[in-house]
Amino acid sequence: MGRRRSRAGYFEPVSGGGAAIALDEVEISILRSLAVQLLELIGPGDQPAGADEDPLAQLFAEGPTKPPDDPALARLFPDAYEEPSDASEFRRYTENDLRSRKREDALAMVRVLDSGGPVLTLSAEEARQWLGGLNDLRLTIGTRLEVTEDESNELYHLPDSDSRKPLVMAYLWLGGLQESLVETLLG
Amino acid sequence: MDHMSGSMGYVSVAPVEIERPESSEAPFEVPEPDVPWVTLVHNDPVNLMSYVTYVFQTYFGYSKGKATKLMKDVHYKGRAVVSSGTREEMERDVQAMHGYGLWATMSQDR
Repeated sequence: MGRRRSRAGYFEPVSGGGAAIALDEVEISILRSLAVQLLELIGPGDQPAGADEDPLAQLFAEGPTKPPDDPALARLFPDAYEEPSDASEFRRYTENDLRSRKREDALAMVRVLDSGGPVLTLSAEEARQWLGGLNDLRLTIGTRLEVTEDESNELYHLPDSDSRKPLVMAYLWLGGLQESLVETLLG
Repeated sequence: MDHMSGSMGYVSVAPVEIERPESSEAPFEVPEPDVPWVTLVHNDPVNLMSYVTYVFQTYFGYSKGKATKLMKDVHYKGRAVVSSGTREEMERDVQAMHGYGLWATMSQDR
């Protein structure tokens, strides 16, 4: 019996709860570029001056109290309460951790993409991180494109000349990747 | 100006019966500690239905059926209560939902 070959462009389960996917060089480079842009968007978070030198100060640093101005960041870091003072208090103690998690997820994507293709093999933990990273990418791009649930949305029927077209293509491709990874992980 | 200059207006000298509200033991609105809090997940146009179901199954340990029903409630009704408990527990759940990228808030279930 021969080994089952990965269907190009879709995730397949591997033993131990992980997943594997075959991507070509162009796909790997696009995905890497998007993940790096996500890392730049998330940033290091708001840190007090001198936090870099003092790891203890960093540990006890409080986060921001207001939602980010950027709509995509505001979607990645939403308010937990409708009541503004509760939301602000919650954000102060949680947003830095949330930023760290999202940064770790995007970094995990970059690390695997840098390990070389065409077949990328993800451990169970990496698969979970990829799922988070792919979702954050879609949230970010979806917010930028102002997507709606309406399938007749003009975004999905853009002429090739429209400057948003490449981003819409990337958005749909990421959706396919994420869908296939969810299916793989749920078995 | 009214026409009662020189007087203090209507001042009753009769003993005043102080009206006390029924809940006189709780003069301030302090939420009762045993009133549970809930985590709400709201619909958004980006998150995949399969992914939302996956999150409910993986994080809360819900069955596929229950997770799918909650996902449909979020999608068709706009939002759904996905968990309930103490304020601390719900803060943990909301933070986890934000970690997964779901749009979640919490409130006290009255």
